[in-house]
Amino acid sequence: MKANDRFYFELGKNSDGKLAMKVHEYQAKEILRARGVPVPRGSACFTVDEAMAAATDLAGDRWVVKSQIHAGGRGKGGGVRVVDSLEGVREAAEAMLGMMLVTHQTGPEGQQVNRLLVEEGVEIARELYVGLVIDRSSQRVVVMVSSEGGTEIEEVAATHPEKIFKKFVDPKIGLTEPEAVEMMAQLDLDPPQAAEGGRFLRLLFEAFWETDASLAEINPLVITADDGVIALDAKFNFDDNALFRHPDIVAMRDTDEEDPAELEASAVGLSYIALDGNIGCLVNGAGLAMATMDIIKLYGAEPANFLDVGGGATTDQVTEAFKIMLRNPDLKAILVNIFGGIMRCDVLAEGLVQAAQEVKLEIPLVVRLEGTNVERGREILEKSGLDMITATTMADAAEKVVAATGN
Amino acid sequence: MSILINKQSRVITQGITGKTGQFHTRNCLDYAEGKDCFVAGVTPGKGGQEFEGIPIFDSVAEARAETGADVSVIYVPPPFAAAAIDEAVAAGIKTVICITEGVPVKDMILTRDRMRESDAVLVGPNCPGVITPGEIKIGIMPGYIHTQGRIGVVSRSGTLTYEVVDQLTKLGMGQSSCVGIGGDPVNGLKHLDVMKRFNDDPDTDAVVMCGEIGGSDEEECAEWISQHMKKPVAAFIAGVTAPPGKRMGHAGAIIAGGRGTAADKISALESAGVTVTANPAEIGLAMCDAIDKS
Repeated sequence: MKANDRFYFELGKNSDGKLAMKVHEYQAKEILRARGVPVPRGSACFTVDEAMAAATDLAGDRWVVKSQIHAGGRGKGGGVRVVDSLEGVREAAEAMLGMMLVTHQTGPEGQQVNRLLVEEGVEIARELYVGLVIDRSSQRVVVMVSSEGGTEIEEVAATHPEKIFKKFVDPKIGLTEPEAVEMMAQLDLDPPQAAEGGRFLRLLFEAFWETDASLAEINPLVITADDGVIALDAKFNFDDNALFRHPDIVAMRDTDEEDPAELEASAVGLSYIALDGNIGCLVNGAGLAMATMDIIKLYGAEPANFLDVGGGATTDQVTEAFKIMLRNPDLKAILVNIFGGIMRCDVLAEGLVQAAQEVKLEIPLVVRLEGTNVERGREILEKSGLDMITATTMADAAEKVVAATGN
Repeated sequence: MSILINKQSRVITQGITGKTGQFHTRNCLDYAEGKDCFVAGVTPGKGGQEFEGIPIFDSVAEARAETGADVSVIYVPPPFAAAAIDEAVAAGIKTVICITEGVPVKDMILTRDRMRESDAVLVGPNCPGVITPGEIKIGIMPGYIHTQGRIGVVSRSGTLTYEVVDQLTKLGMGQSSCVGIGGDPVNGLKHLDVMKRFNDDPDTDAVVMCGEIGGSDEEECAEWISQHMKKPVAAFIAGVTAPPGKRMGHAGAIIAGGRGTAADKISALESAGVTVTANPAEIGLAMCDAIDKS
């Protein structure tokens, strides 16, 4: 791949990043339906009875019962069933509700299924792929279409890049219908199908743009037996920075899908991500936080988390950060690495002392302070009488915290 | 000397009356020649007032007409930040530095598109700003850790940049200019744009570059370095331990679809002849090594 092809999957693709808000398939389809984008008829169900009622309402002789979790790969994990009888709907709903669905994106423990989507069956003639993401390099939305629907698009990108057609959308104009039709025609569609597909694509782009989405993926986009074009699946992620203007999307948030510790951290303005190691890190700034994780690894241990307290952490935030880290039973030591800029080291030191006292810290704490008012900060730590190990440089801190865990 | 800004720069502060704007404007005034450089503030509806002796105007156009300013720095809240950039560019400001964090991506796509027709340069958003030590500081970095010298610094993050600058200063290597380009996916100057400026700057002898996971800006910069860079470069890439699919704080810092890993970036930089260190405590030393080797 040339450099330009590298990051079409940049924002949110296969991502569990909690900073790009995700919604369920049925919610994405509601967003599309409201904007005239063709999706199968269907409704969300929380109980077996609701599933039966939904199937009865839909009528027909074929239904699709789909587990609603945020992770992809649901079909392969047994989370999607096509059934030909109402009894089949019941069996599928009973089997899926409450199950721990394991896919390649959930991790080995899986994700509990609490919601189902019951839909009408669709006669599939062809399966296509449509994806929209933000392209960093061109600084535009890129629309991608491919005839290879239903498969993982990364695989297609790696093995058959020529089968992916792209259009970088001029933000002043948007995606025009003639442009959209031309894109779809590249997938060897009949003119009526291309016309329908082009309309679909234009409406999909409008939905993406209006909702401040960061990713939209329709995989597969289906050409039906009677030349209809319909979104069989739908995945949408949204730009967190723009959620303030979309209260309707914020209301779709399903916190059952999020890590409790990460949720708790974000509620108090901390950015926290749990990792597999046993050394907790509390750092100001994302870049320095990553560098701190890296240096722990370099000195032979593994970080237990990423934790960025941001530019102006308060005592309450530091206390909360300690509590969240300490809930990890494997935690052997904590490394605090602060480079004070806006954040003054003396203020941070006072917060640290108070937090350590409040949580009754029983594991080793290594503190490295540098930057604004560092002398006063170090003095506060020394006078506190708290049992903590102070360090001067990042290397010193990493060495001391790794030694403190007995590694 | 320096790139982007120097003691001759005349600066408008957009959002000067907000809490953040006030706090950082005071610090910038106190740094080096700041009192001569920060000539105007803009807050709509507060024209005619003053802050720390700096006249406030209702619009950037007025402020520029009255003072001849050529640089602006933006502290306005995220929903209005992109419009503030647009206003500065439309008023003829040549260098716009946007500190604001949390600007919607769509706003930035539209603003960057409008900027295609202009020769203005944008730094940020979501960045610490730019400093030319001993002359002028525009942004939120702690001024005192910097010393005047001949090393250029370019970085995507804030506090990690301070860490690097502190190491350089303690090793006796002063800085020509330090540029924080920010961690957002759609932004102004990239590593490559800043690297070119340092290459052309007669007062920069060598460059330290800090990157992080996500995107391919570092790889593109590496490709350019291998062809054109005349000066030694040292680099550190944060996020070797970051797992795929988890966004590490910055909106741009994510390994997605197997792309944008630290390993990709490190190997691209190493093949371009850049001295890359895996140890963030030794970035200053890596700069010494790179200079010794050249």
